[in-house]
Amino acid sequence: MAIETFASPETSFLFGRLTWSAIPLHEPIVVVTFIVVAIGGIALLGALTYFKVWGYLWKEWFTSVDHKKIGIMYMVLGLIMLLRGFADAIMMRLQQAMAFNGSEGYLNAHHYDQIFTAHGVIMIFFVAMPFVTGMMNYIMPLQIGARDVAFPFLNNFSFWMTVGGAVIVMASLFVGEFAQTGWLAYPPLSGIAGSPYVGVDYYIWGLQVAGVGTTLSGINLIVTIVKMRCPGMTMMRMPVFTWTALCANILIVASFPVLTACLVLLTLDRYVGTNFFTADNGGNPMMYVNLIWIWGHPEVYILVLPAFGIFSEVTSTYCGKRLFGYSSMVYATVCITVLSYIVWLHHFFTMGSGASVNSFFGIATMIISIPTGAKLFNWLFTMYRGRIRYELPMMWTIAFMLTFIIGGMTGVMLAVPPADFVLHNSLFLIAHFHNVIIGGVLFGLFAGITFWWPKAFGFRLDPFWGKVSFWCWVSGFWVAFTPLYILGFMGVTRRMRVFDDPSLQIWFLIASLGAVLIAIGIAAMIIQFAVSIWRRDELRDTTGDPWDGRTLEWATSSPPPAYNFAFTPVAHDIDAWWDMKTHGYRRPQEGFKPIHMPQNTSSGIILAGLATVCGMALIWYIWWLAILAFAAMIATAIWHTFNYNRDYNIPAADVTAVEAQRSRMLAGRA
Amino acid sequence: MSADHSQAYANDPHAHAHDPHAAPHGTFQSYVTGFVLAVILTVIPFFLVMARPIESAGYTAAIVLFCALLQILVHMVFFLHMTPKAEDGWLLLSTIFTIVLVVITLAGSLWIVFHLNNNMMPGGIMDDMIREAPPPSN
Repeated sequence: MAIETFASPETSFLFGRLTWSAIPLHEPIVVVTFIVVAIGGIALLGALTYFKVWGYLWKEWFTSVDHKKIGIMYMVLGLIMLLRGFADAIMMRLQQAMAFNGSEGYLNAHHYDQIFTAHGVIMIFFVAMPFVTGMMNYIMPLQIGARDVAFPFLNNFSFWMTVGGAVIVMASLFVGEFAQTGWLAYPPLSGIAGSPYVGVDYYIWGLQVAGVGTTLSGINLIVTIVKMRCPGMTMMRMPVFTWTALCANILIVASFPVLTACLVLLTLDRYVGTNFFTADNGGNPMMYVNLIWIWGHPEVYILVLPAFGIFSEVTSTYCGKRLFGYSSMVYATVCITVLSYIVWLHHFFTMGSGASVNSFFGIATMIISIPTGAKLFNWLFTMYRGRIRYELPMMWTIAFMLTFIIGGMTGVMLAVPPADFVLHNSLFLIAHFHNVIIGGVLFGLFAGITFWWPKAFGFRLDPFWGKVSFWCWVSGFWVAFTPLYILGFMGVTRRMRVFDDPSLQIWFLIASLGAVLIAIGIAAMIIQFAVSIWRRDELRDTTGDPWDGRTLEWATSSPPPAYNFAFTPVAHDIDAWWDMKTHGYRRPQEGFKPIHMPQNTSSGIILAGLATVCGMALIWYIWWLAILAFAAMIATAIWHTFNYNRDYNIPAADVTAVEAQRSRMLAGRA
Repeated sequence: MSADHSQAYANDPHAHAHDPHAAPHGTFQSYVTGFVLAVILTVIPFFLVMARPIESAGYTAAIVLFCALLQILVHMVFFLHMTPKAEDGWLLLSTIFTIVLVVITLAGSLWIVFHLNNNMMPGGIMDDMIREAPPPSN
C-alpha cells in the first residue's frame, strides 16, 4: 500500500517533512491528471502573457475593490472548483459501478477515501460558498441602491482568502495527500494517531484560511445592508433576496467562529498533543461531532436561504406580480434563521444521547419545515393568476419546487429518530442531501446566474443551450439519485469502495448514467456561456431592464457603471423600481456631481498569498517559513494602515459622459 | 396620482445613503452613576466574603454571582452604552441574539454530552461487571 512510503516521521529544518516521496508518482491517475493540468496551466499562462493581459487583470480585477468585479471573481472561482468537485463525483460513480464480482475497481482505498473527502469539502466550501457569496456581493448592493459594500478593501481581502483556501486544497492533489476522513474529519480518525500524514492538515489549514475570508465577508455584507440602504428603503421594503442575504450573513458570522474554534482544538490535538478529542486521557471525540454540527447545520441554511431569495425575485419578476405574502416571506426567513440553531443534533441521533434529547431535536427539525412550506405556498400563490413567462430562470424555479419538495419530505423522514437509526449513514442520506443541495441551492444559483447575467455583462444568455443544460441537469439529477434512495432503503452504507452483493450493481450503473447526464448538463452550460459571448451583439441588452424587473438593480445600466447609480435612488415601496416605473420616473440627464469611490489596492492579494504560504508551511512542519510568512502578514497589514491613497473622485464630467452614453443607448432602441 | 407625488420620485442630489449616526456617548452624570454602582456592586461581594455576615457558603456564593450579573449589566448600560436606542436598536438586538445563541450552544452541548451514556449498557449490569472484575494485577 502507498501509505507505508509516507510513514517517515523524520523532518529536516529546511523542508520540514516535505521530501520527494511526497509527490505521488506511484499513482498513475494522479500523474496523468498532473500532466493535463500542467499543460493546460502552461497554455493558459502563455496565452495570458502572449496577449499581454496580465497588467489588465492585475489593475482591473485582482486588486479591484468594486463589489461587482469581486462578485464575478467569486463566481469564476466557484465554476472552476465545480469542475474539480464534479470530476471527483464522476470518479466515485465509476469506481462504485465497477467494483463488483471480485473486482477492486480502479481506485485503491487510499485514493478513493481522499476523493470522497475532497468531493464534499470542495462542493460545500469552494463551490456553493463562493457562488452564494459572489451572488450576494454582486446583487445585494445594487438592490439597496448602494455604490459599494461597507468595507471595499475587506471584500477584496475576503475573496483572496477564499482563493487561498482553494489553492491549499488543490495543492494536496499533487503534493502529499488529502484527508481520508470524510468531509467533516471526525476524530479519532482525524487525530494524529489515525491520520499521521498531511491529509488532515491540508483540510484544517485550507478551511481555516478560507474561513477567515467567509467570516469577514459576512460582517461586511451585514454592515452594508444595515447601514447603506438608500433613503426610503426601510427594513420591510428590502427586496427578499437582500433579506435572505442578511439572514445568511448573520448565520455566517454566528456560526463560522464555532468551526474555527473546533478546528483549532483539533489542530492542538494534532500539533502539540493535547487531548480534546482523543479517545483517552479525558478527551471526548463526540464533543467534536457536537461542535462541528453547531456550525454545520446553520451552514446548510447559509447556502439555501439566498437561493430562496433568488427564487422569490425570479417568481415575482416572471409572473409580473408583487411577491405573494412579502412579510410572511420575511418572517419565515427570520424563523428559519433562529430555528437553524436548535436542530444540529439530528446529524448524530445515533451517537447515543437517548430518547429525551433525540425527541427534542427531532421535533425542532420537523418544525423547520413549516416556515419552509410557507415559502413554497408563497411562490405558488405568486404564480397563481400571474402572467407567467417560462424563461429559463422560471423553469429552474419550477424544477426546484418539484425537486426540493421530495428532498424536504425525505428530510422530515430522517428527522424521525427511530427512522434515522435505520437510514443513518446510508445512501438514503446521501440522496437526501444531494436532493436539497442540488435541487435547492444549485438550481437557485443557476436561476440566479441566468436571471442576472444580462445585468452583469450587458447581454442575455443563449436560451437554447440553457435549455439543453436544464433538461440534462434535472433529468440527470433524478437518474443519479433515485437509485441511491433505493439502495439506502436496502441498507447500503455511504463511502463504500467495493461491494459483495452483485444484485446491487444495476443501481450503481443507473446512477452512473445519471452522472453522465449531469456532465452533459455542465458541458452545455459552459457551451452556453461561450455561445452567448460569441453572439453577444444579438443578445445585447440596451435597456438595463431586460426582464421588466421590479427591484433597484434593474434601474441602472447593464453592466452598471463603476459607481452603480449616478444619483442615489429613493425607495417608496417594496419593489422600488417597479414603483418608480409605474409613477413615470425619468432618468436625470444633467446636474451630475463628482462621485467619491474607494481606490484599488494590492494589499488584499498580498496578505492572502502570505496566509496561503503560512498554511502550506504549517502543513509541512516548515516552522521557519510559517513564522516568516506570519510576520510578513502582520507587517503588510501594518504597512497597509499607512496607505492614505484610499479613495478618489470620479469627475462630474466622466459621470456626465457615461450617463450620456446610456441615454444614446436607450434612445437607439426606442 | 398628482404631480407632486411624482415629484417625490425626482432624484434628490442631496440624498445620502448613509445616515451618520454619531457613536453613542454618555454624560458626566451617567459615568458617575455607573462608577458608583460598579463600586457598590464590588464592595458587597468583598464584604460578604471577608466579614462573612451570612453563615451559609451557598447563599454567599449566590449573592456574589447575582452581584456579578448586575455588574455586567451596569457596565453594558453605563460604559458600553448598550441602551435600546443606541444604533437604532441594532446594538441591543444583536446583543440579545448573541446571548441567545451562546446560551443555546452551551446549554445544548452540556445537555447532549451529559446524556451520552444513555446508550451504554444499563447501569446495574455495568456496575456489577465492575464490581465482579478481578482486581488489576501488576
